[in-house]
Amino acid sequence: MLFYLIRRFIYAIPIALSVGLVCFMLVHIAPGDPINAIVPADAPLELVEQIRRDYGLDQPLPIQFGIWLAKVSVGDFGSSLATGRTVWSDLSVAIGNTLRLALTAALIGFVLGSILGALAGSFQGTFIDKIAVSLAVAGVSVPHYWLGMVLVVIFSVQLPWLPAMGAGPGGSADWSWDWEHIQHLILPAVTLSVIPMGIVTRTVRGIVAEILNQDFIQTLRGKGLTGRGVFWHVVKNAAPNTIAVMGLQLGYLMGGSILVETVFSWPGTGLLLNNAIFQRDLPVLQATILVLAMFFVALNLLVDLVQTALDPRIKRG
Amino acid sequence: MADGTARTAAAAELAVQAREAAQKSQGYWAGVWKRLRRDPVTIACALILIAMFLAIVFAHLIAPHDPYQGSMLRRLRMVGTPNHLLGTDELGRDMLTRLLYGGRLSWFMGITPVVLAFLIGTLFGVLAGYVGGAVNMLIMRVTDVFYAFPSVLLAIAISGALGAGTINAILSLTLVFIPPVIRVAESVTTGVRGLDFVEAARASGAGPLTIIRVHILGNVLGPIFVYATSLISVSMILASGLSFLGLGVTPPEPEWGLMLNTLRTAIYVNPTVAMLPGACIFATSICFNLLSDGLRQAMDVRA
Repeated sequence: MLFYLIRRFIYAIPIALSVGLVCFMLVHIAPGDPINAIVPADAPLELVEQIRRDYGLDQPLPIQFGIWLAKVSVGDFGSSLATGRTVWSDLSVAIGNTLRLALTAALIGFVLGSILGALAGSFQGTFIDKIAVSLAVAGVSVPHYWLGMVLVVIFSVQLPWLPAMGAGPGGSADWSWDWEHIQHLILPAVTLSVIPMGIVTRTVRGIVAEILNQDFIQTLRGKGLTGRGVFWHVVKNAAPNTIAVMGLQLGYLMGGSILVETVFSWPGTGLLLNNAIFQRDLPVLQATILVLAMFFVALNLLVDLVQTALDPRIKRG
Repeated sequence: MADGTARTAAAAELAVQAREAAQKSQGYWAGVWKRLRRDPVTIACALILIAMFLAIVFAHLIAPHDPYQGSMLRRLRMVGTPNHLLGTDELGRDMLTRLLYGGRLSWFMGITPVVLAFLIGTLFGVLAGYVGGAVNMLIMRVTDVFYAFPSVLLAIAISGALGAGTINAILSLTLVFIPPVIRVAESVTTGVRGLDFVEAARASGAGPLTIIRVHILGNVLGPIFVYATSLISVSMILASGLSFLGLGVTPPEPEWGLMLNTLRTAIYVNPTVAMLPGACIFATSICFNLLSDGLRQAMDVRA
C-alpha cells in the first residue's frame, strides 16, 4: 500500500510537468508573435526588442519553459495584460467562486444521481427504472448553456423568483452564506448539476444491478437478511467505484463550468478565461488553464488513493 | 492427376469454409439487425436523425426564405406568424430557414472531429496495442497527458489560443477526442493480440498487416465504432458551445450555438424563438445518445 502510494505520487510528477508544458505551449501555438500581445502594434522597434529581452522571449523555447516553470512553481503567474494586476489576485478570487459553484452542483448531482441510480438498479425494467434512465439520458444530452437560458426564462423572466446574473446583489464579488447570495447560486448550480446527475445515475444503476445479481446477495437473502441489511451490503460494494466516478465528475465540473458561468455572468474561472480569450490576455489564459488542470491532476490522484483505500478487492503493491 | 484432384478438393473445401465463415459473420450482423428491429426507441432515433440530415442537406430546396436576408421591420416575430412559421430572429431573418441552414454547420462541426479522431485514434491505438513495448509506452504516456485535462477545458484552451474559426474549433475538438479513442483501441487490441486464433494465424504464416487487418481490426472496429457514436453527442454540444462562446463559427453564418448566443438578449422579448436553436442541439444530441445506447446493446459491446 505504502509503495503504491509513493509510486502513484512519483508517477504524477511527469504528468504535472507535461501538463505545464502543454499550458506553456498554448501561448506559442497562438498565431503571431507573443510579443504582439504585450506591446502595442505601433511601438518603436527598439522598445519591442527591449521588452522581448525583459520577458525572456529572445531565449530558446526550452530555456523559456524552464524560467516560466520556476516562476509558476512559486505562484508567480506574471501580471494581466488587460488590467495590469497580478494574475494571481484575480485568479484566486475566481477559483473560490468556481469551486463554490462546482461543489454545490456536484452535491446536487451526486445526491440526485445516487438516489435515482439506486432506485433504477433495484427496480430494473420497471416504470421507476425507465423514468430514471430517461432523466439520465436527458441530463447527459442537454446542452447545459441552453438549459441555463431556459431556467432563466422560467425562473427569472416569467416568474420573478431568482436573479438571472452575477454572484451577489449589485454584482458584488464578496461571498457570504446568506439568502441574498444563495439565491444567485441556485440557477447556475442546478444547471451545472444535470451532467453529473446523469452520469452518476447511469453508473450507480449499473453497479447496483450487477451487485444484486451476484450470488452473495442471494445467500444473504436466503439467510433471512432484511432489505435494509442487504442495502448496506450493496452500498459497501458500490461505494468505491461510485466515489471514483464522482471525483472525476467534480474535476470536469471545475473545468467545464465556463459555458454556464458565461450564461449567468458568474465571476469564476470560466468568465475569467472567456474574457482572457477575447482580450488576448495570454498570461491569464495560461495561468487559469494551468491551475484548473493541476487541480484535475491532484483530484485524479486523490480519487485513486481513496478508491484503493476503500476497496479491499483492489490489491496494488 | 490425383494431385490435381486433391488440390481441387482442398480448394473446394476452402471455399466451403470461406462461405461458412461469411455466413457466420452475416449471422452476427443479421443478429444485430434483428435485435435493433425489436428496439423501437433506437429505430425512432435513427429515423429522426435521418430526417434531420435530409432536411439540412436539402435546406436550399426546403427553406422558405434567404438565411441572410433580414428586415428591421419584422424583428423577433412570434412562432406561428404567417409566412414565418417559427418566427424571426433579432435581425428579422426567418428562423425556420436559419435553423435548417444552421444544422449544416452544427452537424459538420459535431461529426467531423469524431470521424477524424476515430481514424487517427484507431491507428495509434492499434499500433500501441499490437507493437507493444516502447511504442506502446510512448503513445500511452502522451495520451495520459491529455487525459489530465478536463475535455471542455482542453477544447476551449486550444481554440482560445488558436483564435475563433470553424477549422480551429474542429481541430481542437479532434485533439480532445483522440486520446479516449486511443485508449479504447489499445485496450481491445492488447486483449485480442494474445488470443489463440491470432497466434494460430501467425503460426500459419500470416504477416503482421494481414493479422491487423483481418483479426485485430475485425474485433476492434465494433467497440470503437459504438464508442465513437456516443462521442458525437458530446461533440455536437461542445462544438455548438464553442460557437456559443464566440470561438467557433463567425457571424453572419447560421449555426445553432452561435444563433443561441445572438438571441440571448431576446429572452425578455421572445423567449420561445430564443430557445429554438438550443432545442435543435438537444434533440440531435439526445437522438445520437440513444442511438449509441441501442447500438451498444444490439452489437453486444461492453461499455
